Amino acid sequence: MTGQQFLQYIFSGITNGSIYALTALGFTLVYNATGIINFAQGELVMLGGLSAIGLYRAGLPLPLAFVGALIIVLIVAVMFEQLAIRPLMAKGVLAQVIATVGASLALRTAAMMIWGREALPLPPFSGDTPIRVLGASLTPQTLWVVGTTIVIVLALQFFYKRTLTGKAVRACAVNPLAARLMGVSYASVVLLSFAVSGVISAAGGAMVAPISFMSYSSGALLGLKGFAAATLGGLGNPLAAVFGGLTLGILEGLAVGLVSSGYKDAIAFVILLLVLFVRPQGLFGGRVVERE
Amino acid sequence: MSTPVGFWNRNWGFITLAVVALAMPLLVADAYLLSILAFMATRFMVVIGLSLLLGQAGQISLGHAAFVAIGAYGSALLVTRLSMNPWLAMVVAAVLAAGVAGVIGIPTLKLKGHYLAMATLGFGEIVFILLVQLKGLTRGTDGITGIPPLTLGSLDFSQPRLYHVLVWLVALIVFRLALNLSESRVGRSLKALRRSELAAESLGVNASWRKLQVFMISAVFASLAGSFDAHYVQFISPDSYGITFSVILVCSVVIGGFRSVWGALWGTLATVILPEVIKRIHEDAVNLVFGILLILIVVLLPVKSGPLARVAHDVRCLFHREERG
Repeated sequence: MTGQQFLQYIFSGITNGSIYALTALGFTLVYNATGIINFAQGELVMLGGLSAIGLYRAGLPLPLAFVGALIIVLIVAVMFEQLAIRPLMAKGVLAQVIATVGASLALRTAAMMIWGREALPLPPFSGDTPIRVLGASLTPQTLWVVGTTIVIVLALQFFYKRTLTGKAVRACAVNPLAARLMGVSYASVVLLSFAVSGVISAAGGAMVAPISFMSYSSGALLGLKGFAAATLGGLGNPLAAVFGGLTLGILEGLAVGLVSSGYKDAIAFVILLLVLFVRPQGLFGGRVVERE
Repeated sequence: MSTPVGFWNRNWGFITLAVVALAMPLLVADAYLLSILAFMATRFMVVIGLSLLLGQAGQISLGHAAFVAIGAYGSALLVTRLSMNPWLAMVVAAVLAAGVAGVIGIPTLKLKGHYLAMATLGFGEIVFILLVQLKGLTRGTDGITGIPPLTLGSLDFSQPRLYHVLVWLVALIVFRLALNLSESRVGRSLKALRRSELAAESLGVNASWRKLQVFMISAVFASLAGSFDAHYVQFISPDSYGITFSVILVCSVVIGGFRSVWGALWGTLATVILPEVIKRIHEDAVNLVFGILLILIVVLLPVKSGPLARVAHDVRCLFHREERG
């Protein structure tokens, strides 16, 4: 592998890694607020991508289609929280897993009925003239993806660390009962977490659509990779989730260069299984996984 | 204790099922219907295993399609490449499935909560990717054709009626084993650890080992089902063993009710018959219905205590009022 090729694989790794990072953030937000792993998280990413494509095809300008997609997924995430998650808060893990798995199956099938089976493209946000960097080429869309990811991560950090609402959300992650005693409305925190998690996932889906197309079945793989990324970093820690996403993306990029693109998708699962076997709390600790 | 009446009282359900299932080839002439009924038997085997895992041990697997695939591809490859005896190949594949389940289960079953679900989902996806990518071995998406049917002496099980009897006999044996297991010491310890692992362990139940046992048993049942299907249809391809199939399997257990192994029967009936009905209304809507059913069932599941009990009670009252009006 020459230096140029190496750089090229790193670039594509960072692009995909940003999407995994956003999906991992989505998992983390919901997990921190509720302790639930949302198995439909990947479907929210897919829904973000396909909604943007659908609105753009219906004649909306690209920026409006992007915002429209965020709103659609926001509504879906809020409805899901109200209808399925809220009644299940008092029930066990099993019921929660089954409900979110059910939602993923329903959303995937609904997307297939609306947009068909084909993978659909979205035009890049600002042209596709590649930029040359040290002999490797970089598409403008990559900059959009990485830039938006940075903005989202910084905004989340500001929200959690500086605002009163953000501090309330963090308090609930540490101890819901104590937070409630201090006057924090736990129900609103859960709703807010689902809403933000949905919007972030949708943004990821809409931004990656110009690069890798989007079909009704893309969500399952994206969701698993996002979860692998979150687990790699340490479930429950937002910055670790971002780190996990980028690491996963770069490893995948290098695997395409060194092995073959066919096995690219298996990397995430090998990492996921390794982390679960060897170090279930992830690289940066995060919340301690209960061992017997 | 073992008077004929007592025996009948304890086993009338099983005996009725056995008689109805084995008499079907005499009553049904339609080939399509017979093939659906035979397909129901193998589906039933997989769902029984998953029902033990989910209902008795309280653990969820979202990658059970992979164990069915191990059975199907194991049988097919051993027979077509190494010309092994199909029956022996079936056993070898089942042992392989149990071994793989052990390797996956040992680390993950020690973790609580969602981890087995995610690990099995990831495992299922790896197996699917391998089936597609290992083209030299599995022929990728083209699949494997020409898998020889099962035979025993002069009996040729590619014949629909004969195959129906064979596959339902095996399914009934699997079902009987599962029923015995759930009523035995093992079943009681599983039920105990589902309620509280801590309490069960303090009474001497080895929780990790019990969970691993059930996981491996369910993998064997799934593998057997995969082998039978492969030898009967004589063609396999990766498409049949994706995530969606794994979720449909979980759906069968949940729809049937997972507190009793009998739920596996109702769940199998529902998830085999329902698609045939929905298909006539809208070709693609089958999985949409299943997804919504999964959510509805767990949300509306009766809750006996906690703040939700009142809500569940209110919801039930709502339906009663509607019925009266």
